[in-house]
Amino acid sequence: MLLQVRGLTAGYGGAAIIEDIDLDLAENEISVIIGPNGAGKSTLLKTIFALTKTLGGSIRFRDREITGLKTDQLVPLGISAVPQSRNVFPSLTVAENLDVGTYAHPPADKVAVRARILELFPDLRDKLNQPAGELSGGQRQMVAMGRALMSEPSLLLLDEPTAGLSPAYLEKIFDLLLNIRANGVTILMVEQNAKQALRIADTAHVLVNGRNFVSGTGAQLLQDDEVRRSFLGGVAP
Amino acid sequence: MSELVGFINLYLIPGLTIGSVYALGAVGISMIFGILRFAHFAHGDLMTIGGYGVLTAVWLLPLHPLLLLPFGIALAIVSALAVDRFFYQPLRQLPTIYTVIASFGVALIFRSLTQLFWSSGNQVFIPGVRPPVILFDTFRFSALHAQVIVLTIIIAILLHLFLSRSQMGRSMRAVADEPELAAVAGLDTEKVVRWTWIIGASLAAIAGVFAGMDTSMHPNLGWNLLLPMFAAAILGGIGKPMGAMAGGLIIGLAEELATYPWIGSDPFISPSYKSAVAFTIMVVLLIFRPQGLFKGRLL
Repeated sequence: MLLQVRGLTAGYGGAAIIEDIDLDLAENEISVIIGPNGAGKSTLLKTIFALTKTLGGSIRFRDREITGLKTDQLVPLGISAVPQSRNVFPSLTVAENLDVGTYAHPPADKVAVRARILELFPDLRDKLNQPAGELSGGQRQMVAMGRALMSEPSLLLLDEPTAGLSPAYLEKIFDLLLNIRANGVTILMVEQNAKQALRIADTAHVLVNGRNFVSGTGAQLLQDDEVRRSFLGGVAP
Repeated sequence: MSELVGFINLYLIPGLTIGSVYALGAVGISMIFGILRFAHFAHGDLMTIGGYGVLTAVWLLPLHPLLLLPFGIALAIVSALAVDRFFYQPLRQLPTIYTVIASFGVALIFRSLTQLFWSSGNQVFIPGVRPPVILFDTFRFSALHAQVIVLTIIIAILLHLFLSRSQMGRSMRAVADEPELAAVAGLDTEKVVRWTWIIGASLAAIAGVFAGMDTSMHPNLGWNLLLPMFAAAILGGIGKPMGAMAGGLIIGLAEELATYPWIGSDPFISPSYKSAVAFTIMVVLLIFRPQGLFKGRLL
């Protein structure tokens, strides 16, 4: 197991938002967390990345206890994250945004890593000297993912990577996720576009009211009547 | 011709000199605001401390004050890091108004300590009258003014290279841009804060020495310069160091040029009202262009 979450309880100011969460993530899989608004999906991601206070339970990464470590200690271990909004440094150029991604954990060959990332996101090639704040939402998402990948993580946490994007970009981002996985990166993401996300997901977890509701493979959940009725708008896959 | 020469000797060069002092002080104010998000009212007194650091070094070592700048810089850095550790850092999670008020307190502490250690009188770096430098038989200016302007230009270039090229400079801009994302990217925010103080205090110390050498050292030196420095930081767009640099030069020039006899033979504005110029610029800016003259964020 790459990531093993057991009995995780977390929240703000002592009040639990997620309670007793269990989650397993195998190497090289894409896993999606879905659920209604306010179910604690983002909080779960933030807790794994030490941005929310853990109140109980444990998180293990590559069989190492990482509960209580700080974010800047997690990046060198191989975990990166992309927040949902405000995910680029707007006044820094695209090249500088990517560069900042290497500071917490400098890769052995920065030039090679950057070349590989520009291969993944060819759209960014002619925007390198442009401030990231001038880019479109979809391009910003690429800069944000590129920045997170610059530290060569083995686990990438994504909080709603397609939020606010046009349908055309949505497809593009999902294709990119498959490419990123093909580069050996495991992905754990929160996604509102549950149907599309489940199609590319190996495993999926439904969260309701801060608790595990059901988990399974993407295909299983797409077939699950209750999941379909409650979270996929009741339509057939 | 002689009028132009007089304009350069008596207005332009002194304006750029005082502008350089404002610029170096305003950079720190602007960067601290950009990264720590509070108006640092003790910044003027940090300048004073830097000035006294060099003054003390001058008493002990028979060297030119500008060669002894590292002593003043070191004293200002230690003072800034100490007050950040003991006064500002414990307040970091609270609304920034607590830190602003704390910085007023720190300003009083700094000023009282300088009075205690160095007395409240005026003291000079180099006693005696210094002859002016005469260039091509026409330009007459003090050597200090030339040194101040040249050093400030060099500092501005180095600061720009630091912010745009170095890892720490880019980290500082990243934290100023999006502090939460900077944390997500795994940047060490406290290290960035320490470097902000180191750079802000260094430039403040240099500005304090320049100001003290131009007139004399006294415990109110920096406090008296706080208003034009804030005006410069706002003019440049608060949070933008290079903007603050430009803002400082503009305010300094405006103050001096306002006393030039533009109409008739009397000064346009009486020199005793010079300091009102910075105040007026600040008020006008806050009403019409509170984001400052320049676009962009920290550069």
